[in-house]
Amino acid sequence: MLSWWKSGVLDPQGPVGAAERLILLDATAIMLAIVVPVILMTLAVAWWFRSGNARAQHLPDWEYSGPVELVVWSIPALVVMFLGGIAWIGSHDLDPPKRLTGTGKPVEIQVVALDWKWLFIYPEEGVASVNRVVVPVGAPLHFTITSASVMNSFFVPQLGSQIYAMGGMTTELNLRADKPGTYPGVSAQFSGDGFSDMRFELVAMPPQGFDDWLGKTKVGARILDAAGYSRLSRPGTIDQPTTYAAIVPNVFEAIIRNTVK
Amino acid sequence: MLGKLTWDAIPFDQPIPLLTSVVVILALGGTAALVVWKGWLPYLWREWITSVDHKRLGCMYFLLGLVMLVRGFADALMMRSQLALAAGNAPGYLPPEHYNQIFSAHGTIMIFFVAMPFVIGLMNFAVPLQLGVRDVAFPVLNSVSFWLTASGVLLVNVSLVIGEFAKTGWVAYPPLSELAYSPGVGVDYYLWSLQISGVGTLLTGINFTTTILKLRAPGMGYGRMPVFCWTALASNLLIVAAFPILTATFAMLLLDRYLGFHFFTNDGGGSAMMYVNLFWAWGHPEVYILVLPAFGVYSEVVATFSGKPLFGYRSMVAATLGICVLSFMVWLHHFFTMGANADVNAFFGVLSMVIAVPTGVKVFNWIFTLYGGRVRFTSPLLWALGFICTFVIGGMTGVLLAIPPADFVLHNSLFLVAHFHNVIIGGVVFGALAGYTYWFPKAFGFVLDERLGKASFWCWLVGFYLAFMPLYALGLMGATRRIQHYSETGWQPLMIVAFVGALVILMGILFTILQLVVSIRRREALRDRTGDPWNGRTLEWSIASPPPPWNFSELPHVEGTDAYWGMKQAGRRADAEPRFEAIHLPRPSAVGVVIAFFASFGGFAMVWHIWWLAIIGLIGVTIAALAHGWIVHREFEVPVEEIVAFERQRLLERPS
Repeated sequence: MLSWWKSGVLDPQGPVGAAERLILLDATAIMLAIVVPVILMTLAVAWWFRSGNARAQHLPDWEYSGPVELVVWSIPALVVMFLGGIAWIGSHDLDPPKRLTGTGKPVEIQVVALDWKWLFIYPEEGVASVNRVVVPVGAPLHFTITSASVMNSFFVPQLGSQIYAMGGMTTELNLRADKPGTYPGVSAQFSGDGFSDMRFELVAMPPQGFDDWLGKTKVGARILDAAGYSRLSRPGTIDQPTTYAAIVPNVFEAIIRNTVK
Repeated sequence: MLGKLTWDAIPFDQPIPLLTSVVVILALGGTAALVVWKGWLPYLWREWITSVDHKRLGCMYFLLGLVMLVRGFADALMMRSQLALAAGNAPGYLPPEHYNQIFSAHGTIMIFFVAMPFVIGLMNFAVPLQLGVRDVAFPVLNSVSFWLTASGVLLVNVSLVIGEFAKTGWVAYPPLSELAYSPGVGVDYYLWSLQISGVGTLLTGINFTTTILKLRAPGMGYGRMPVFCWTALASNLLIVAAFPILTATFAMLLLDRYLGFHFFTNDGGGSAMMYVNLFWAWGHPEVYILVLPAFGVYSEVVATFSGKPLFGYRSMVAATLGICVLSFMVWLHHFFTMGANADVNAFFGVLSMVIAVPTGVKVFNWIFTLYGGRVRFTSPLLWALGFICTFVIGGMTGVLLAIPPADFVLHNSLFLVAHFHNVIIGGVVFGALAGYTYWFPKAFGFVLDERLGKASFWCWLVGFYLAFMPLYALGLMGATRRIQHYSETGWQPLMIVAFVGALVILMGILFTILQLVVSIRRREALRDRTGDPWNGRTLEWSIASPPPPWNFSELPHVEGTDAYWGMKQAGRRADAEPRFEAIHLPRPSAVGVVIAFFASFGGFAMVWHIWWLAIIGLIGVTIAALAHGWIVHREFEVPVEEIVAFERQRLLERPS
């Protein structure tokens, strides 16, 4: 129980998640500095001015004070101006389409949300994987995301930012994994009966391990062509991650245009 | 003949809905039989069902909300128990196709058929009394509003027995809610019940906006209106502006589903993103439609039980109207993760935070209202204090979610679920129960049992923290909302704590029901003959409890804020001989219940594609509405003698 935050957004393994955790903690600390005194003040004032307390001052007609009004408008206004600055800068720094830097070659990954599994296509390497996305540690990861079905949200809590997967269009997300490991990924947007099992894992490997994985994947027999995709896209969940040794060119674009089903 | 309706629609294979249905049908049938057997039906029909009295309608709205609270809470208990069980490889006891209906129904019911009836009920009861007038602007329309809401409630509950409810979440995002992915009748039940009740809500908005703007006691300028009336005005302005968006959006989704349109489909040029935008363009103002009147209740309660005028009246009014306007400019914060660019996200993030300014001002002003008072710790005040302490936490997590990069990791998580329950339970529900306890003696002439009221408060408060603080933590651990099971066994202890919290809230609800029963039984001991049990400040406390059908035998003259307090300070005008005149009141009208009757059948028929019945429903609604236009004698006169006799009797019974 003591390590309950391990695996969540408070245990980031990449720069995006780390920056978001920092914003989360900073903003919480700033607000707690107001919220805790307000709670204590509420209870203390109510109790001190209880009707039985003869020592309490009685101001039955006190209903306005200019200075007090100035202060009560100023406190939340100043806090919000400060937090607003954090939000404005943070929104731009952590904009999901903004490219990241890192070690090694950037990896392009195309993501398709299906009913109810995730298809990951590596267009440059010519392989694909279902419910497991393998990436090299430290490399900038560029995800282009769509849905072949209803709305979903692509989310690896320990790497940071999620973004919706929507049919007929793409969204972009840039992430980086800084430590080797296996990180759970989910759909964060409800998508129907198989939603709870629509999970994947993101496996971050050292560059050599990633190359080995690519090599092993390419010797498989299964190919992601129209027929293979058609079998995969049927509604249902799958228990074990699988891979495709090869893909037909532009299969991702065909999925977006809805010309393969 | 019966469209899509066959015997397959009855869930014979699902014990939970089937048994629930049987019990509910037996209970309803039993109640109906008792009413008929005891000969209460004429009384109910005359005094309640066809009543156009805002006080009666307010009570019926609130009762409707209480009944649906039990239904919506049963859903909550099933969800929490499922998640307490379904860890690791355990499947729990609710399969997804059932569980998904439960959380969709829970959200829909709690927002539309619990929170809304609570809030509209309190406004119905208190606004005309606080304004010092005899009814709302359009009393018959008020009855139509109520019965249309009841019709929506009926349809939602029918879906339990016949067919299914939506499996899409209460937001019903397309494409999931489109025919291609939700071919069943669930989404249609959702859409038609909300379309029908939505019309009722819109009519309420028109009615109360008109009432507050046009009908006020002589002397009551805007600057003298009780703050509850100000918040009610803001809330109803929001209803008038926001509900048509919802109706239009649902109309488009209905066209998609029934006539093959492509407003929100993946193909044919549709855009689901448009639905999401439109839904929240209604949805965010809706939050303030609910919470602003609750803020109004707290303002009344804190001032009354501190024995002081509300601190910073003008600031409070300005804050209310500021929230009212701002609430329309923040809808995008519900979907920062949809891919808008950084400028757009940042703009809506900052504007969302700006709402925290007027809200914070309100909190400070309530504290300064307590300051220097003689604070009486009655149960309404406890609700208000519990609200302040709880709501500031919900406000804090709300501001966190308004920071786009923080939302990127918290969106759609259990953290979000915890946040909105934090503000809706801590804000709206506490406010509704505070208002209920506060105005109950005005409505029925006796106060509610205090001990049971306090027991209910403590159960709700403790239960809330037990149920939702774990969800904040679970959200940070990466748990998403609407999951039916999870593989992380480490989450289970917190899920169990949340379930225990729900049980404690259940005790709070049971105490509320028990409080009502016990108070009715002990009503002679709890009787209040003064009409002013709390030493109140606003006009509703100047008249008898329960008020006569005409509210004010003589219209009050308002000479400041806290009008009744001012009268009490100046000394009762006991020596001034009151001048009574005959009063015209609207006659009871069956048009509301008749319209709702046909609307219910029409909605049911549309759900099941029974076209002939749908046409009958539409014709019935139209004829009932038109027929009402031909009724000439809509009012009756209360003779002076009756009014004089009533006031004389009141003086006799009034303790000196």
